[in-house]
Amino acid sequence: MTRAEPEIGPGTKGATDAGEARAPEFQARGITRVYRIGEVEVHALRGVDLDLFEGEFIVLLGPSGSGKSTLLNILGGLDGPTSGTVRFRNHNLTSGDEAALTLYRREHVGFVFQFYNLIPSLTARENVALVTEIAASPMSPEDALALVGLSGRMDHFPSQLSGGEQQRVAIARAVAKRPDVLLCDEPTGALDVKTGILVLDVIDRVNRELGTTTAVITHNAAISAMADRVITLSDGRVSGMHRNERKASANTLTW
Amino acid sequence: MTVLDRKLIRDLLQLKGQATAIVLVLACGVATFVMSLATLRSLELTQETYYEQFRFAQVFAHLKRAPKALAERIAEIPGVDRVQVRTAVEVTLDVADLAEPAVGRLISIPERPTPGLNDLYLRKGRTIEPGRRGEILINESFADAHKLGPGGRVAAIINGRRQILEVVGVALSPEYVYPIREGDIIPDDERFGVFWMGEPGLADAFDMEGAFNDLALTLEPGASEAEIIQRLDRLIEPYGGLGAFGRDDQLSHKFVTNELRELRGVGLAVPFIFLAVGAFLLNIVLSRLVAAQREQIATLKAFGYTDGEIRRHFLKFVGLIVAAGVGLGTAVGAWMGWGISGFYARFFRFPVFRFRLDPSVVLLALAISASAAMIGTLAAIRRAIRLQPAEAMRPEPPASYRPTSIERWVPRTLVSPAGRMILRRLGREPFKAFLSVLGIALSVAVLVVGNYTADAVDDLMDFQFHEVQRHDLSLTFVEPTSARAISEVRHLPGVIRCEPFRAVAVRLRSGHRTRRAGILGLEPGTRLYRPLDASRREVSLPERGLMLSTKLAEILHVQVGDLLTIEVLEAERRVYRVPVESLVSDYEGLSVYMRRPALNRLLREGPTVSGAFLSVDSARSAELYSRLKATPRVASVSLKRAMLESFRRIIAESLLKMQSFVAAFAAIIAFGVVYNGARISLAERSRELATLRVIGFTRGEVSAILLGELAILTLIALPVGLAIGAGFAAMTTQFYDTELFRIPMVIYPTTFAMGALVTIVSAIASGWVVRRRIDELDLIAVLKTKE
Ligand SMILES: Nc1ncnc2c1ncn2[C@@H]1O[C@H](COP(=O)(O)OP(=O)(O)OP(=O)(O)O)[C@@H](O)[C@H]1O
Ligand SMILES: [Mg+2]
Repeated sequence: MTRAEPEIGPGTKGATDAGEARAPEFQARGITRVYRIGEVEVHALRGVDLDLFEGEFIVLLGPSGSGKSTLLNILGGLDGPTSGTVRFRNHNLTSGDEAALTLYRREHVGFVFQFYNLIPSLTARENVALVTEIAASPMSPEDALALVGLSGRMDHFPSQLSGGEQQRVAIARAVAKRPDVLLCDEPTGALDVKTGILVLDVIDRVNRELGTTTAVITHNAAISAMADRVITLSDGRVSGMHRNERKASANTLTW
Repeated sequence: MTVLDRKLIRDLLQLKGQATAIVLVLACGVATFVMSLATLRSLELTQETYYEQFRFAQVFAHLKRAPKALAERIAEIPGVDRVQVRTAVEVTLDVADLAEPAVGRLISIPERPTPGLNDLYLRKGRTIEPGRRGEILINESFADAHKLGPGGRVAAIINGRRQILEVVGVALSPEYVYPIREGDIIPDDERFGVFWMGEPGLADAFDMEGAFNDLALTLEPGASEAEIIQRLDRLIEPYGGLGAFGRDDQLSHKFVTNELRELRGVGLAVPFIFLAVGAFLLNIVLSRLVAAQREQIATLKAFGYTDGEIRRHFLKFVGLIVAAGVGLGTAVGAWMGWGISGFYARFFRFPVFRFRLDPSVVLLALAISASAAMIGTLAAIRRAIRLQPAEAMRPEPPASYRPTSIERWVPRTLVSPAGRMILRRLGREPFKAFLSVLGIALSVAVLVVGNYTADAVDDLMDFQFHEVQRHDLSLTFVEPTSARAISEVRHLPGVIRCEPFRAVAVRLRSGHRTRRAGILGLEPGTRLYRPLDASRREVSLPERGLMLSTKLAEILHVQVGDLLTIEVLEAERRVYRVPVESLVSDYEGLSVYMRRPALNRLLREGPTVSGAFLSVDSARSAELYSRLKATPRVASVSLKRAMLESFRRIIAESLLKMQSFVAAFAAIIAFGVVYNGARISLAERSRELATLRVIGFTRGEVSAILLGELAILTLIALPVGLAIGAGFAAMTTQFYDTELFRIPMVIYPTTFAMGALVTIVSAIASGWVVRRRIDELDLIAVLKTKE
C-alpha cells in the first residue's frame, strides 16, 4: 500500500499541463454533466479540463460518486456532457451526432466494465468475436484470449467462468480490435489480488506493446504506480494530478 | 454466421416454449388465410377457365314456345354475340334404386356435337348418336348418386308415357357446376338429374319441332347486359317469355359465387384475430427480452454496434418466429386447402379441379404476418434502440409499487399477503393485464363464434324443416290446374292432408330496383306450410296484399304500405300494382306470400293451383310414390326428408370438420396467451419468488402467487370472451345475410360452456407447465445471477 501511494503535487489544478510537447490525443474542456431526476439536479462533473496523450497510461482515482465513471463514459463516447467539448484526434465527440459517436466507439475504443458485461448466451470466444467481427484490423479471438491466458477456456460460457476469468474475457474482448483507446472502469474491483494483478498485467502489456492510450478507474491507490499519470477527481472536479517518473509493472504491485 | 446471429439462436432456444406458442398462434392465422385464399384462387381460376373454354352463357331466358326463326332476331340485337336456343323440360323420373320419384331436367342438344354455348364436357362414355332417339347424357352428380354410367337406364315419364332412356355418357356443363334445382337451397343429387338428349327426339316428345322454349346467349365485349335483357324481353314476351336474367341470377353461378364470397370472408376475417393475438404475444415477449437484455444491448452499443445492427438483430428474432409461423401455417393451410378442395370438388362439378397453392397467397400471408409482427414489436425494438448505453449499464431501479385502488375497497384482513402481491402487480400494469384478458377472451370468442355457425344452422334447419315446412312432400303440376286436381291428389293412398298452393313467377319492381321471385299463394289457415317470423310466431297472411321477406323488402327499398309493381312472368304477362301488407323475417331465399284466393283474384283466374303440400302416412309412402311416378299431371315431387338428409350430410362434411379445427385453434390461443403470460411473470419475478422460497414459503404458496394472477385474468376473460364471441356471431350473421340465406342469431348454452371449458382447460394446462418450472426453480442460481 505504502510503496505506490500517489503523491499529489501542489498547484495541480487541472490535468492539462502535462508538459508534453506533442498534441494531445484527447482534449476535454470545461466538461460538466448534470443528471436531472425529477426536481433534483445531480452535478456529476462540474467543469473538467483534461488532455490525454497517445500511448499514455493514466489512472483515475477518487471517492465514490466523484464522477469517474461519468468522465470515462464521456471520453468513450458512451455519454455526452451537459456542456463543454471533447475532441479525440480530429473527431468532435460533443457534436451530438449519435452515429458519429457509434462509429468512434466502433473504430477506436475498447471498454472494460466493472461488471464484465459479457453476453451470457455467448462463449468466451464468441464474446470476443462479437467485437472482432466489426473491427477493421483485429487480432483473432483466439490470440486475444491467449493474451489473457484463457486459451483453454475458449468455449466456455460466462456462467462457467469465475469472476476473474470473466473479467479477463472482457479484457480480451476490449483489446482484440487493437483499439486506440482502452477504457477500464474498476477492472479489478471484484477480483482478488492475484487475479487482479494478472488482469492489470494484460492491460499494461497492451498499453506498452500496442501503444494503446489507456485509462483505468480504480479505488485501489496501489494501482496508480503503474500509470504515467494519476488524476484524482473529487466532487466532479479534477483535484489532483501526479506524474510517475518510473512506472511500476503490474506484477510488482501488492495490496 | 455472425456471433450476433448465434446469440439470436440461443435466445430463441432459451425462449423456445414461448416462441413455439407464438409460432402456433401465427400459424393458425396463416393456415386459415392460406386455406381460404388459395382455395378461393384455385376455384376462381378453375371457374374462369371452365366458363371460358366451355362458353358459359351470360344471359338466360325461358319461354313457352317460340319458333326457331326468333333466334335470328335475337342474334340481331346489338351487343349479342352468340345465341343458343333449345328445349328444356322437367320430367318425373323413375329410378331403379329410389322409391320416390325424382326430377329430371331434359335439355336438347344438337345430335352432332357442335360447339356453341354451355358446351358439355364428356366425362365418361360417348356422345349421343344421330338418329337414336332414346340416348341421353347425364350429369355427373346424378350419375354418381345412382352409380349410373354408360349402359345404364333411367325411366322418365315423358308426356304421360313411361319411357326408358339409355345413358351413353356422363357429362358436365358450366350451367350445372352446382347442380341445384330451382327453389332448393341445397343440391339433392339423388333426386335431381340433368339429362341432355338429342334435339329431334325431345322436340318430338314435347311437340317442339321447329321451336324452342329456352335460350342462352353471350355478349360482345362492352355490351350492356341490362339493355340487352330489356330488348330480349320485348322480343320473347309474345312467346310467353319468363323474363331474361344474367349470370348473377343463374342458380349454379349464384351459389358458386356466394361460396367464393364466404371463403373470402373467412380468409380475411379469421386470420385477423389470430394475427392480432400473435402480435400481442410478440409484443410481451420482445418487451420482456429487451428489458432483460438491457445491459447486453448497452454493451453491444458500447462496442460500436450501430442502431441499425441492433434493430436488425431483434427484427431477425421476430422474423424467425414469423417465418416459422408462416411456414407451418402455409403447410397446414395447404393441407386444409387440399382437403376442403376435395370437398368442393364433390359439390362443384368442374372438369378438372385441383387445389393449387398460389405463391402470391403465401407472399401475402408473409406480408400480413410480418406487418402484424412489426406492429406488435415496433415499440419494444424502438426501446432497444433508444437505450442510452451509459444509462443501461447502471442497474435498473426497483420497480415502484403502490397500494392499488382495489385494495382500498377490500378490507386488509380479507386479502392475504399473496393476494395483495397479485393485486398490486395487476394494478401496476393495468394495460398489460387488459391485453392479457383480451387475448384469453379472444380464445373464448373464437370458440363461441366457431360453434355458433353450427348452432345457427341447426336452429335454421329446425325452423325451416320442422316449424315452417310441416309437410312431408310437395308436388307441382305440369300446368297450373283447376282445384279439381287436388281432390284427386287427396285421394291418393297414404295422403293424410293436402294443401294446394298457387305459385307464380314474377318480376318485382320498385322504382329502378327489380328482382325475380315467385309469389307463393297459400291456403288461408295453412297447417303444412306456415310462414313464421324470426321469433317463430305464426304470421297470418294479409287479406289482399303481399307479405315479403324482410330481406326482399330491404333489397327493393319498400316498406309496409308501399305499392309494388308486379310483372307476372306467365301467360299474358300482366302488370299489377299490389300493396305490401306485411313483412316476415325468414332465413331462406326471397319469399313473397299471398293468400291463394287473393292471388287467384289478382291473376283473374278461377281457383287455380300449381301444386300441393302433403302430409303422408309413412307406412303407405311406397304405394304413394309409385302412384305419383305414374301420374302424368305431376311434374315433380320433392321430399322434405331427402332435403334434410342432404343438408345434414353437407353440414357434417363441412361445418363439423371446421369445428374441430376451430377448437384446436382456440385452444392454441388460450394456451399461447396464458403460457406466455405465466412464463414472463416467472422470468420477471424468479428472484422474488426464489426469495420467498428461501424465507420459507412452500412451493404451493409461491405457485399460488404466480398462478393466482393468471387465474384471475382467466376468470375475468371468460365473460368478456363470451360477449366478444356473441359480437363476432352477430357479425357473422351480418356476413351471411344474403339473398340465398340468412342465419339466425342463436347461440346455444352448450356453445358458451364449450368456449369457457376449452379455455379453462388450456389455461390449466399452461399453468401446470409453469408450475413445474416453479418447482424446478434453482434457488441458488436465481439469487446469484444478475438480471
Ligand atoms: N444516470 C444517472 N442518473 C442520475 N444520477 C447519476 C447517474 N449516473 C451517475 N449519477 C450520479 O452522478 C454522480 C457521479 O457518478 P459516477 O458514477 O460518475 O461516480 P463514480 O465516481 O464512478 O463513483 P463509483 O466509484 O461509486 O463508481 C453520482 O452522484 C451519481 O449518483
Ligand atoms: Mg463508477
